[in-house]
Amino acid sequence: MAEGIRDKVVILGMGCTRFGERWDSNPDDLAVEAFIECLEDAQIEKKDIQASWLGSHIDEINIGKGGNFLGLALKLPLIPVTRVENFCASGTESFRGACYGVASGAYDIALAFGIEKLKDTGYGGLPDSPAFGQMQVAIGPNATAPGMFAQLATAYSARYDVPMERVKEAMAHVSWKSHQNGAKNPRAHLRKPIPIEQIMGAPMIAYPLGLFDCCGVSDGAACAIVTTPEIMKKIKPNDDQVKVKALQISVSSGEEALYTDWDGAGMLTTRKASSMAYEEAGIKNPRGEISMMEVHDCFSITELATMEDLHISEPGKGPDDVLDGFYDLDGQIPCQPDGGLKCFGHPIAASGLRMIYEMYSQFLGRWPEERAVKDPKFGLTHNLGGVPNQNVCSIAILGRD
Amino acid sequence: MVGIRSYGGYVPRFRLNKMIIFGAMGWLNPANIMNAQGEKAVANFDEDSVTMATAAAIDCVTGFDRADIGGVYFASTTASYRERLCANLVAGALAADEGIRTADFAGGLKAGTTALLAALDAVGAGNANDVVVSASDCRLGKMASVQELMFGDGAAAFMVSDKDVIAEFKGSYSTGHDFVDHFRGAEAKYDRQWEERWIRDVGFGQFVPEAINGLCEKCGVAPTDFAKIIYPCYYGGARKKINKTFAFEPEKVQDNMQAAIGDTGSAQSLMMLASALEEAKPGDKMLVVGYGSGCDALFFEVTDNITRLTPRRGISGSLAKRTDLDNYLKYLTWRRMVPADTGLRGEEQKWTRWTLQWRNHKMILGMEASKCKKCGTQQYPPQRICVNPECGAIDEMEPVVVSDKGGKIFSFTSDMLAASLNPPAMYGTVDINDGGRYVFDFTDCSIDDLAVGKPVEFSFRIKYYDAMRDITNYFWKAVPVAEEAE
Repeated sequence: MAEGIRDKVVILGMGCTRFGERWDSNPDDLAVEAFIECLEDAQIEKKDIQASWLGSHIDEINIGKGGNFLGLALKLPLIPVTRVENFCASGTESFRGACYGVASGAYDIALAFGIEKLKDTGYGGLPDSPAFGQMQVAIGPNATAPGMFAQLATAYSARYDVPMERVKEAMAHVSWKSHQNGAKNPRAHLRKPIPIEQIMGAPMIAYPLGLFDCCGVSDGAACAIVTTPEIMKKIKPNDDQVKVKALQISVSSGEEALYTDWDGAGMLTTRKASSMAYEEAGIKNPRGEISMMEVHDCFSITELATMEDLHISEPGKGPDDVLDGFYDLDGQIPCQPDGGLKCFGHPIAASGLRMIYEMYSQFLGRWPEERAVKDPKFGLTHNLGGVPNQNVCSIAILGRD
Repeated sequence: MVGIRSYGGYVPRFRLNKMIIFGAMGWLNPANIMNAQGEKAVANFDEDSVTMATAAAIDCVTGFDRADIGGVYFASTTASYRERLCANLVAGALAADEGIRTADFAGGLKAGTTALLAALDAVGAGNANDVVVSASDCRLGKMASVQELMFGDGAAAFMVSDKDVIAEFKGSYSTGHDFVDHFRGAEAKYDRQWEERWIRDVGFGQFVPEAINGLCEKCGVAPTDFAKIIYPCYYGGARKKINKTFAFEPEKVQDNMQAAIGDTGSAQSLMMLASALEEAKPGDKMLVVGYGSGCDALFFEVTDNITRLTPRRGISGSLAKRTDLDNYLKYLTWRRMVPADTGLRGEEQKWTRWTLQWRNHKMILGMEASKCKKCGTQQYPPQRICVNPECGAIDEMEPVVVSDKGGKIFSFTSDMLAASLNPPAMYGTVDINDGGRYVFDFTDCSIDDLAVGKPVEFSFRIKYYDAMRDITNYFWKAVPVAEEAE
C-alpha cells in the first residue's frame, strides 16, 4: 500500500518574482531574482542543492527545451536539472519532482523551479501554438483558451439550469474579489480594484467571458527549496515547518473530449485529484478543514466550477457560495488571497509555485494584517492546464502542524 | 438507359446586393449601373469551389448509398490547386470508395457540361456507374469591373447512371472555339474580358445557336420540342434574339438567375439544369447548352423516376437560405482582394503536414469515426482503445462515416480573440448523433443561432489558408439548423 507524501517533505525556502509585463527582464533575470530570495530564505548555500526540477510550458518563445537554462542562469554546479512540462501544472509538477526526490531519500535538498517568459509574443493572450499536437492544426477548432473555457459557462448554465445572468454575476464576484486582494499585493501584476459594474459591462472576449473574466498573461518565476523535516530542524531549529500534506495529479482520459457522459460543467480531473489529495492529507471534510486556497482562476468560470470540483461547494451551488462571500478574504475559506491568476498574473509554469509561495508565506505569517489569513491549518493549491475537456489538474495541500 | 439519376445544388448563404457594390465603386465606372440589379451569391470566407462542389454533391447523393459512387468529376475554373486533384477532395468528403475514377475538368467555362458528357460517355460505355459530377465556380472580377457585378458563386451536381435515371440522355453536340471572350492567365486572380458587344453578338449570338442547331440536326429533334431550354447568357438582347430565332416560348426558357445568384461560370448551365429538374415532369425534353470556349449542347428526356426521387435541398432550397452581406469591404476581405490585418495571432504559421494528412485522410476528409464492436460506442476522431470508461476494448473498432449524421450543440462560445476573417470565431462542443463528441467550428451562423441542445449539420469547409505556401486546407464545420416549423 502506497504511503503517499504526507509529512515527509518540508519547504525550506521560497522565492517569487513580481509577476507582470517584465519588458526589461530576460528569463535569466527572472530566474536569478526568484532564486536569490529563495536561497536567502532557505539559509543554505547553492552547493547544498543536490538536484533540481524545472517547469516551463511554452518553450518556443521562452527558455527553450531541456534543463540547461536553469544550470546556466543560476550557475548550478553540474547537478541534475530535469525539465518538466505539463501545461499549467508544470510548476506544481516541478515541486512534485523535487518533493519525491527528497522523500525517496535520493536527495537531502532539492530545488523546484517554475518560469515563463510570455510577453515576447507581441500580442495579447497566450501564444497560438498547436499544444495538442499537429492533428490539432488539421482538425482542431480555431479556438483560444478563453473560448474553450467559456464553454464551461454555457454548459454549466444548461446543466444546472442556472440563468446565464446569475452565472455572470457569480463570475463577476470571483474577479471582483481577486482584484480586491491583488490590489493589496505589491508583487501582483494587476493592482487595481475594479467595481462589479465595470466587470459586468466589460467588452466580450469569448461569450460569456468578458475582459475581466480572463486572467493576466505575465512573465515571472517562482521556486522552492525542499528537504526533510529532520534536516530542516538542523538548519532552522526555531522555525515553524510548512509540510507537504498531499500532491496529486490527474490527466484527462478522453472521457471528457470524446465520450458523451461528461456534464461539461466542471473538470473530472479536479474532482478526482482533489478526492485523492484529501485522502492523502487525511482531510475528511474539506469545506470544514481547508483554511485557504489558491486555485487556477485562468478564467472566472474556471474558479467558479472549481469550487464545486474541489467538493467544497455543492454541485450547482458554487454561485451561491461565491455570491455569499464564502471565498472572499474575510470569508470562511479565503480563495486567491494573493490576487490569483486573475491579478497576480499567470506566467504558466511559475503559477503553481507562486500559489505554494502564497500558502507558505501565509503559514509563516509573513504578510501584513490586511491580507493575512488567520491561523491557517491546511492550504490547498490547484492548477488546471489545457482546456476543460482535455486537461491536467494538480493539487497540492500544505499544512503547519 | 443512361442519364441523370439524381441532382443537387448549392448556393452560398451570403447575398451581396449589387447596389452596395455600385455604391462603393460606381464612381469609377458609372456605366455599371446597368449591371447593378439584384444580388450576387457570395461564398462565405471559408468556402470556395471545392467546398461548394462538395455541398452540391452531398445534396445530390441524398438518399443514395455512397458506397455505390463509381466516379467523381469536379469541374471548375477556380480550383484551389493547379496540381492536386480537387475531385479527390470532393470524393474524400463524400467518403466515396477510392477505387473509382476521379478527374478535374477546367479551362473553359463549358468544363461543367463537358464533365457531365464525360460521365455520360463513361457510363454509356459501361466503364463506370453512378458517377458524381459536380461543377462549381467562384470567379473574381476586379473592383468596379463588370464581372464583379455579373459573377456569382454556386455549384450543381449530378449522378450519372445507367439505372433509375430521372432524365435520359438522348444525345449531344459540341464545338470547341479558341474564342477568347474571357480569360485568366496562369498567375491571374481576376477575370479579363474583351468587348461585350463582341461577346454578345459572336459568343452567345452565334455559338449558342450553332450548338442548338447541331444538336437538333444530330438527334432529329426540333428546337420547339423542348419543354425546358437551358443556356447561359446574361445579355438580355442576345437572349431575346436566340429565343426569337428558335421560337422558344419564354416560359420554357430557364431563368439564368442572374439577379439572384449571378453567373457561376462552369456551374452556370448545370445550376440551371438542377433548377429545371426541380420542376420537370415526366416526358419533358430538356435542352442544356454549356458555353465558354465553344459549346456543349445536351438533350435529356425526363422519366417517371423523377416523381420517386428523394426530396433534396436543390437550388431553390439553398437559395431560400439567405443572409444579407451588407458590407462590400467584408466581401473584398473574404476574397483576399484587400490586405486586412487579423493581428499577429493571425500571422502564426499553420503547417500542413502532408504525411499526417494522408495517414488520416479518411478521418479528415471523410469524417470517418470508429464504432466499438464491443459496446457500440461511436467516437470521433477514431480511437484504438474505446473511450467508454466502462469498456476500454482494444482494437475492436469498425469505421463509420459521421459527416451526414449531424449532431447537437453541447456547449458553445463566440471568440473575439481568435484570429478570423469573420469574427467572432464561433465554435463549440457537438454531440454527434449516434455517439461521439468533438469541438467544431461553427459557420454560416451568428451567436443568436447558438444554444445548448440545438441541432447542427456538418459542412465541408476551408479550415485555413496558408498564404506562404498557397495551401487551402479543408475540414468539417458545424452549421446550426433552424428547427423546422411543424
